[in-house]
Amino acid sequence: MSSYEIYIAIAIMAVVNYFTRVFPFLFFRKNDLPAYVVFIEKFFPAVIMTILIVYSVKDVDFSLAPYGLKEIGGIVFTALLHLTLKNYLISIFAGTIFYMALVQYL
Amino acid sequence: MKYEREIKKAFEVSIPVMMGYGVLGFAFGLLLVSFEYPWYLAPIMSFFIYAGALQFVAINFFNAKAGYIDIAIATWFINIRQSFYGLSLLKRFKKTGKLKPYLIFGLTDETYALLTTIKDDEQLKKRWYYFFLAAFNQSYWFIGSTLGAIVGSNIKFNTAGLEFSLTALFVVLCIEQYKNLQNAVPFVIGGFASLFALFAVPSDKMLIVSIILALILMFTFRRKIENE
Repeated sequence: MSSYEIYIAIAIMAVVNYFTRVFPFLFFRKNDLPAYVVFIEKFFPAVIMTILIVYSVKDVDFSLAPYGLKEIGGIVFTALLHLTLKNYLISIFAGTIFYMALVQYL
Repeated sequence: MKYEREIKKAFEVSIPVMMGYGVLGFAFGLLLVSFEYPWYLAPIMSFFIYAGALQFVAINFFNAKAGYIDIAIATWFINIRQSFYGLSLLKRFKKTGKLKPYLIFGLTDETYALLTTIKDDEQLKKRWYYFFLAAFNQSYWFIGSTLGAIVGSNIKFNTAGLEFSLTALFVVLCIEQYKNLQNAVPFVIGGFASLFALFAVPSDKMLIVSIILALILMFTFRRKIENE
């Protein structure tokens, strides 16, 4: 993107992001949410997080060696760390360093 | 000093967030400049957008020259959980007057968690206490990301693979979601929709197609999800 386009993109994200935060203050007066809204609220965050994992590795070519194995290895390593140590900073940093080591030294 | 009690209390409560936002913000700044973007985009984004996962994804939008409408839709769905935070705060924020727009702007995951779990102290002027708490948290994110961007543009080191911090962030958030839900179906739907889109459509349309397909699947299998 050109720097002009980047500023437009930032403005769009700023406005839409604020909209997501102000939404209930604008539209909901009481706790009378339609059932489908409650359904989305409860389950969509899990869906989008899964999508974003795949999205974040979308530029990897899975048809060429090493077939995305470094990414899969990094994901498994990060997940195992998080399940055992339960500290999100350690998981993110050690996971990233592990992956960087795979990319830079293998 | 005016509001000294409120500032002191807000600072104390915000200390755990300092660590998290400082470090994660630093990583965001480093990643941003590793793609040769100017360092000052980090403070600009952290001031005006102020959303963790979204700012990381924004770097991908810049790289991919994403369309504006796609950016708007993706932003909305990435942050849709925030649309529900306000519900439990409608009453608390009622008498916050001119501070209210900023309090709403500052409703990140962590600020929301602090506002809803920490007990109110009757002695405090609440609206100012909320304000300082939100402002401290944003300042950590702002300072962390700015430092990361400045350090990254002045010290050159091999950043190959640094973009995995985004993946690692989502892996962690995903596991936390699973702990809350104890239900695998949404993850299967998200995984299926995104893998299908990854192989079926060009990569710049992948996120939008995944979101739409996942919504269709969610409503198709709604009963199954809710009964799990």
